Amino acid sequence: MSPTRRPSRIPTEQETNGRRGRSITDDDANAINRVEELSYDLKVHEVMTADLKTASPEMPLSKVLEILRVNHISGVPVLQGDELIGILSLEDIVRAMQKNELSAPVSQYMTKKLLTVTSYDSIVSAIQKFSDSRLGRLPVVDENYKLVGMITKGDITRGILVALQKDYKEEEVRRYRASHLFEDIVSDRTTLVLRYNIKAHDFTHGGNASSHIKRALLRLGADPQIARRCGIAVYEAEINLIIHTTNGGILKLEVESHRITMSTVDDGPGILDIDQVLQPGYTTATEEVREMGFGAGMGLVNIKRCVDKMDIESTVGKGTKLVMRIFVPTENLNVRKEG
Amino acid sequence: MNLTKIIKLASGRLLTQDMDTDIEINGGYGADLMSDVLAFSQPDSVLITGLTNPQVVRTAQMAEFRAIIFVRGKQPQPETLSVAIQENIPLISSPFGMFELSGRLHKAGLPSFESNESN
Repeated sequence: MSPTRRPSRIPTEQETNGRRGRSITDDDANAINRVEELSYDLKVHEVMTADLKTASPEMPLSKVLEILRVNHISGVPVLQGDELIGILSLEDIVRAMQKNELSAPVSQYMTKKLLTVTSYDSIVSAIQKFSDSRLGRLPVVDENYKLVGMITKGDITRGILVALQKDYKEEEVRRYRASHLFEDIVSDRTTLVLRYNIKAHDFTHGGNASSHIKRALLRLGADPQIARRCGIAVYEAEINLIIHTTNGGILKLEVESHRITMSTVDDGPGILDIDQVLQPGYTTATEEVREMGFGAGMGLVNIKRCVDKMDIESTVGKGTKLVMRIFVPTENLNVRKEG
Repeated sequence: MNLTKIIKLASGRLLTQDMDTDIEINGGYGADLMSDVLAFSQPDSVLITGLTNPQVVRTAQMAEFRAIIFVRGKQPQPETLSVAIQENIPLISSPFGMFELSGRLHKAGLPSFESNESN
């Protein structure tokens, strides 16, 4: 079989009982979870034991028994020179013991009919062979049928658990590193600044910058409620840049340990009467914008509800600057600190 | 209430096919005005709306909704679907109108997550 071809998925016992004779539906296909993905992603050589104890065909069984005992293993591959010719397990030795033949050579009791897996196969093919054969261990060979390792069901379980833990740890490490930024970097005043260019009338990408900002705040360890308030405020501000500006604008996030500042700057058209735009329901938005669910004259009102301090400066013909601040209770940015 | 049950009550169809619907939804919120959604909703609920543009998903993400149901059998734009998949927010299409659907879900025990303050 070509190493790139995916073997068919092994149904669980429950599945085979429940849908005997029934073809796989979309729902079944959707049930493939991360563990099943891993059984295709992980290769046999990544989980097998490569450091091998082996036996030769002439070796007396009593000597193999000693190898098994000392190394706490229950079987060894048998090699003649380089060539894999059999496998000897504890059960084979038990058979010899019943006949009181522990001095017999390995070749007399070993299993010669060999089932092997290749090192570059997905572990799913090993799982399939284990379930078909009821064997406990399989020799692993390379493309020249040379022995390179052994694989057990325990190796597979361990390999999957390690991979799952790695997935989890990567996100943890990212979050941990980010949340310690303000402790690890020493200065009299540390500020992290993120800038986003927002294009006028680009509704399709509207909200992408706000989405990045919210995720960054959560990674930095911000309290989820504060992240939500920032997200809503900055999203309304981003939409305002898209709806109202002539040439778009810049959206900026500044994170300090004691406060979060979000601001937008644009170069026009500017606001004639700021008091008027702060009235709930006042709007200059077009029908097109309203059809999209915005432009109801609630944007700035919403922002004001979400942040601790909002300042807006504007000059007609020059542009508008909006500054939104949320003050972070002491230590809040590091609330997720561990240990 | 489990999202799978909500989909059933809504006679709905899951548009984001690979997503897990075995998630808990604490309440419902219905609106076509995104600023209202941002202002008055509470997290971990389902958004019932007649709008289908990508901003609906962005709004839902910012306001921390767990799923979105489009009323009157509406189909979202492709961009909407791709943002939803990216942000892992299930999208559902229901043949019912907003009043009918909200009524059915509320009657079956899904609480309203609309806050009544209007300032």
